[in-house]
Amino acid sequence: MEHEVKLTKLAKCAGCGAKVGAGVLAQLLGDMKVLRDPNLLVGFDKSDDAAVYKVSDELALVQTLDFFPPIHDDPYTFGQIAATNALSDVYAMGGEPKLALNIMAVPKDMPPDAVHELLHGGYDKAYEAGAIIVGGHSILDNEPKYGLSVTGFVHPDKVLTNSGAQPGDVLLLTKPLGIGILTTAAKVDMASKESLALAVRLMTTLNKSARDAMVKYRVHACTDVTGFSLMGHGLEMAQGSGAELHLNVDAIDLIGEAVDLARLGVLPEGMYRNRSFAEPYVDPGDVELARQDVLYDPQTAGGLLIAVDPADADALFTELQGVVPSAQRIGTVETYRGGKRVFLL
Amino acid sequence: MIDARGQSCPIPVVMVQQEVNKNHPGELQVQVDAMVCVENISRYAASQGYAVSVKESGGEYTLTLKK
Repeated sequence: MEHEVKLTKLAKCAGCGAKVGAGVLAQLLGDMKVLRDPNLLVGFDKSDDAAVYKVSDELALVQTLDFFPPIHDDPYTFGQIAATNALSDVYAMGGEPKLALNIMAVPKDMPPDAVHELLHGGYDKAYEAGAIIVGGHSILDNEPKYGLSVTGFVHPDKVLTNSGAQPGDVLLLTKPLGIGILTTAAKVDMASKESLALAVRLMTTLNKSARDAMVKYRVHACTDVTGFSLMGHGLEMAQGSGAELHLNVDAIDLIGEAVDLARLGVLPEGMYRNRSFAEPYVDPGDVELARQDVLYDPQTAGGLLIAVDPADADALFTELQGVVPSAQRIGTVETYRGGKRVFLL
Repeated sequence: MIDARGQSCPIPVVMVQQEVNKNHPGELQVQVDAMVCVENISRYAASQGYAVSVKESGGEYTLTLKK
């Protein structure tokens, strides 16, 4: 499919790289008064992926919203990526997406067929997820933006938060890292066709299969790895769970070309934001700077980071192989010893 | 002197790479106006064996790369 609109040229930041940094966000929300409600199982105070509200003993509502500027020049692909990314927050909570609303900003002069293709991409992914897009809201803006607000369901006793990890848990990851670096390099034609195709394939792969597999096992915590990177989201998991994470970097699937590009200084601004947020809590060991950079790379529609009971780790890992882009057993959750929160081994 | 002010990242670091690959300068100055460009160019320069010094003035940065 060919389009004359170079969508990414209209955007200053690509995809989840446009996200406000975790540290800044915490400050902005710091003194906000929050209404208490015993049925609100997960609110924004937990820095989790989505809010969860218990409707009955059998049913809880999962609510989330995600949108960003173009990360791909083809509107249909961008629509798919934005939808995959937004739906992911529901999967990360162990839920199933059911309803979605479009949120969109379009420049006045964006051709109608490009807007149509963008929405088409979103609808196709929502359909694949088993969710229905039931409406939305659009505004005019100089920079295009697209995403979804998604509502899903989960059993209240089976909500997976990012703060339930227990010492001894095994950490699994379901997609390779380096998507943000590749999409940044693509802006200056420095990413190879093959790597860019891989990035697009990853960004348009729903975390549905990963979710469907993990809910069958004793998973204690889960989060999706997106704008705050593996390190940022991992740190939130460690802090929220009162534990520390030990990551075996050799076991993490870092896209080779992303590591090469990191060595050349082709890095998105979000990588530095993630570093300044998480670095004080990280013991990097003797891991090469460029490989660390990929661990701090903001991912768009990244994979799930799962903390699973060690007794179930082998079975879940085996089941994930073949149904997710890259099943990896990347480390363990350990008892917090009072110092750093994430250790690179 | 490379003037990469007003260019959004990663264009400035690519401009520096092109100059280094083409002319292999022993010393090179670059002007940028965003911290992310300073960081990216510094990383690249270090990987190519350059020592980097940075001067900031009114939100603009001048990097000096020396071998």
